[in-house]
Parts: sequence; C-alpha cells; structure tokens
Amino acid sequence: MTQVLEPVNPEAPAPVPLVGGPRPPGAMADRAFRVVAFAAGVLVLAVLGLIIYATLKNSWDWFSAEGLKGILSTTWAPSQGEYGAGGLLLMTLIVGTVALVLAVPVSVGIALFVTEIAPRRMRLPIVFVIDLLAAIPSVVFGLWGLKQLATPLQGIYKSLHDTLGGVPVLGKIFGEPSASGLALMTAGIVVAIMITPIVTAITREVFATCPASQKEATLAMGATRWEMIRGAVFPHSRSGVVAAVIIGFGRAVGETIAVFLVIGSSQTLSANLLGPGDTLASAIVGGFGEATGIQKSALIGFGVVLLALTIVLGSIARAILRRANKRLGVSV
Amino acid sequence: MATTTVPPPPSPSSAPPPAPVSSRLRPRAGTGRRRFRSGLASVLIVLSFVLVVIPLVFVVLYIAQQGLKAISMNFLTSDIAFSSRSTEGGIGPAIVGTIVITLGATLMAVPLGVLGGIFLNEYGGKSRFAALVRFLSEILTGVPSIVMGLFVYTLVVLNTKKFNGFAGALALACLMLPVVIRTSEEMLKLVPHELREGSLALGSRKSRTIRTVVLPHAAPGIVSGALLAVARAAGETAPLLFTIGAATSANWHLFNGANTALSLQIFGNANSPFVPAQQRAFGAALTLIVIVFIATAIARIVTVIYTRRTSGAGG
Repeated sequence: MTQVLEPVNPEAPAPVPLVGGPRPPGAMADRAFRVVAFAAGVLVLAVLGLIIYATLKNSWDWFSAEGLKGILSTTWAPSQGEYGAGGLLLMTLIVGTVALVLAVPVSVGIALFVTEIAPRRMRLPIVFVIDLLAAIPSVVFGLWGLKQLATPLQGIYKSLHDTLGGVPVLGKIFGEPSASGLALMTAGIVVAIMITPIVTAITREVFATCPASQKEATLAMGATRWEMIRGAVFPHSRSGVVAAVIIGFGRAVGETIAVFLVIGSSQTLSANLLGPGDTLASAIVGGFGEATGIQKSALIGFGVVLLALTIVLGSIARAILRRANKRLGVSV
Repeated sequence: MATTTVPPPPSPSSAPPPAPVSSRLRPRAGTGRRRFRSGLASVLIVLSFVLVVIPLVFVVLYIAQQGLKAISMNFLTSDIAFSSRSTEGGIGPAIVGTIVITLGATLMAVPLGVLGGIFLNEYGGKSRFAALVRFLSEILTGVPSIVMGLFVYTLVVLNTKKFNGFAGALALACLMLPVVIRTSEEMLKLVPHELREGSLALGSRKSRTIRTVVLPHAAPGIVSGALLAVARAAGETAPLLFTIGAATSANWHLFNGANTALSLQIFGNANSPFVPAQQRAFGAALTLIVIVFIATAIARIVTVIYTRRTSGAGG
C-alpha cells in the first residue's frame, strides 16, 4: 500500500531517472519480472475464458438442435432422441438442497464451537480434524457410501417410507425406497459430509470477525452464552453465513464422483428422495464413455449448465461478502 | 448497590479488580429457562462437532480395515490385472500415474500461482484489474472438477486425439491454480511492510526485493498452501476420467501414452461385482488416503510452525 520509498543509498544503483538518461542496471530485469507477474494475472482470465469458449463450442450442437425448450425438457432418453437436461437439473438442485439442510446447521454449530466455546488450545486440533475431512477424496467417499453407508440406510429408508409414505405431500418425497439404499437422499448425505468443511471454514471466519466489544456488551448486560450468540454474533454474521450457504450449494451441485457411486443412476425425474436419481454431474460420468454425436454434445452442455450455475452462485456469494465487508470495515 | 439478588459471576474471584483485558468476561449462567436454553444450545453446538467426527472415523476405519486385507508389497508394485476376476495383480502403475500426473500439475500450477499471488499483492494492489483477477480466481475455485475434465477433453484430447498424463495434469493444474493464487496472496499480505521498505531503502529494486526479501519470508506459508492444493489434486477423479485414458502397466511418461491413477482404479473397481476387484478398490483407497493425509499433515505442521514463528517475532 505504501510503496512510496525510493532507493536512496548513493552506492546502490541509481534511482530510475524521471526522463531520459542511460538505463540503470537491473531496470530490464525489474520490468521483465513485472510483466511476468502481470501475465500470471492475465492467465486467470484466459483460463476462465477458454473454459467457457471450449465447452460452449463443443456443446453448441446440442443447444442449436434442441432449442431452449428441448434442453429444458425433463426427459433424458438418448435412445429415443430426447436430450432434455431439466429433470437432471431439478434432481441436482434436490440433492444440493438435501445436502444443505443437513450440512448447514452442523457447520454453523462447529463454527460456533471453534470460535465461542472450545478452549483456545483445542481450536487448532479441531480445525485440523475438519481439514482431514476435506482432504478425503471424493471417490473414497463414494466407495464408502456405496459399500458401507448404503446398507443401514436400506432399513432406515424402509421405515421412513412406512411411517411417512401415507401422508399427503410427504408421501411423495418419502416414496418407495430403493432396495439397494442408493438414492437421492444417500447422495445428499454424502455430499453434506463433503461440503461441511468449506461451509464451516467460511462461517468460522465470519463469526471470528464479530467484534469483541459487541459480545462483551451483551455479556455485561447479563446475557447467557446463547443469548450472546443470538444477540451479538448472529446479527453481525447473517450475510456472511448466507454467502457460506451459497458457496456450499455451489460445491454441492458440482460434486460428481461420490454422487455417481451412491445415487443409483436413474435419469427419470423423481422427487422421491428414497429412490434412485441422477444429477447433471453424475450423468456426465455415467454417459460420457459411450456417448457420440449429439449425446456427447449434450453431456458437455451439462458441463456448461453446471459452469453457469457455479459462476452465478459464486458471484452472488462474493457480492454479499464484499458488501458485508464494506459495512463492517473488515476483510474476511 | 443492592447486589444481593444477582449471583456472583462464576469467574475465579481471586483476581481482585476486573481485568481490563475483556476476554475475562464470562457469560452468566442465567436462571431457569434462560439457563436451560443456553445449556441446550451449548450441548447442541458440541454435538455438531461430534456429528462430523463420526463420518470421518467411519470412513477412515472402514477403508483401513478393508484396505489392509489387500495391501502387500506385491500389491503396491505389481501391474494391474487384465481381468476383474483375477486375484493377481496390484496397483503399481496407478501409484506411478498419480505421482507423475500430480507432479506435472504441481510444476505448472505452483510457479504460475505464486506469480499470480505476487501480481495481486505486490503489483496489482487495489487496481481495478487486480480486483477482477481476484474475483475471477474466486469464481474459478468454485468451478466443479468435472467441468475442468470436460474442458481439457474438448481443448486437448479432441484436438490431439490422444489420451496422456499431460492432459490430466493440465486439468488438475487448472483446479490448483486459483487455490495457489489465493493462498499466495494471503501469505504475501502477512509480510510486514517494514521489510519491503528496508530492502527498497537499501537500493534494491522491487523485483529484487520480492525475490530476496518478501518471498523467502512468505515461503513456508506458500509451501503449506500449495501442499494442501497438491493433496486435493492427488485425490481427484473427475478431471482424469476423460483425459488420461487407461493403462495396465507403469508409464512414467507425462506426454507419451495413456496412464492411470489411484483414484481411477478406485472408481473403476468400486462397482465391480467381483471380490478381487473390490479388494483392489479398497487397497487403492487406503493408499490414496495415506498419501493425502500425510501431505495435509505436513502442510498443517508447516503452517503451525510458521505462524508461531511470525507471531512470536511480531509480538
């Protein structure tokens, strides 16, 4: 910020002359370094631009052949020439929502635990544990979900269906359970575990910016710990938590490999959480190997839809965070 | 002051006047319903942490238990079996592939990412272009890994008509780049301005200041951040799925011929109905988890040592 100092040591290379004169030694290297660093910044633009260009170009056949109505149709049946992404998009949003419902309360809880309750000495180990969870690869979560988690879920889904299946609206959501335990709900649970670290990390940072003076003010008025959290920490952090939720949702809809292994791969649109489904990302994995022609183009198009979704969600979240930061005068 | 009705604060009464350091202020226990609600909230908060440890423990224990059945020296070094039913064979080529591809990605993403971080913190500062780069690298961080796989497939594989390790490394590098840029910028931000000013005052040029003063100071933090990014990249499957092809024998060449990786072996064998193939999936999963955890742990330890050192020096 305060790069105002000019070299002053007379023994050292002379400062850059304002106009003309011979070039002092090192000026070229200095310039070159600056240009290289600038180029690295430009690279980010280039990569994002290329991603958009390359995927759009290779999915253009799908967009032009099907039209907006065709790509938004809820029927995905390549064998019958139906290439709609609408159903898969909806199921992607369903899995993302399930994951959020499960992950957000837990993440907020952990963030509060780290910032407000846990002794200072324990904070680092807790953060480390969450780090380890974030480090487990997607495919390992998928393998675990497929081989271990799905088995007990079969029984749980069955009893859920037996108790709630008769209730009007809930009956649709908790419909006929899949025998294998592979279902939209299973994908939601696994994704919830996977997005917990990132949602926790952001909410933790947001909570940590709550000024001590505000917390102390509530405590000085005789508040209990919970009243302090509700009265000082939450109002201060509301927008930050919303941003964390949006970022978590963005990660959830893009989750691929683990979802593919536990969702049951059925491309028919269904709101039945206990039955099989598919998401945009997992449908790409499932179909890409054998796909040709317009089907391949459509699967790359799914990538474009996912990309658009994450760019929109990411932009909203960043805008919220930036506004909150400006208001509070802190940087997260 | 009629303070008889107010219960004394539970803080240790040995400290006579309330210390000016305000973190001594403790929440009131409250009474009746308020106390109950606060207690309940605290229990739920602690419980949420327990809740997230459960899947971690389950995943690690289950994979370890199943994977140990498969792992032997022979398993780690043998070529991949041609048949899913074969009890012979191992994951040697997959370990080689993971190392080669991740190393390739690291060599591309880390230098460029650090340069990007230098640009943002040392040159760009608050300029509009730097703000744009910062924003786009945040957006890029959120791009799903499957999209990176599709991107490299359309850009490289469709044009060269070849599957090789380099295509996979490129996809991983695209995933790592924004992460490395962001962490580098954060770490460079922590370097005290006095150091830069001192160096400039001695007549060093800016590039020299950055290379000899700023970067060495921030290096441990940058290394730790990069290592975390490498650990994540090593476990990725989706970017490799359409880019590196398949191989059953070790391929140390990045540019020459198809390759395989641990994550792909897990993925390919997970759905297999044959027990030997499933065993291979678990063995590969355990190997991958061990690699990733070690990298994460080293990164964390470096961070802890580094932050202790800098906070000690600063305070």
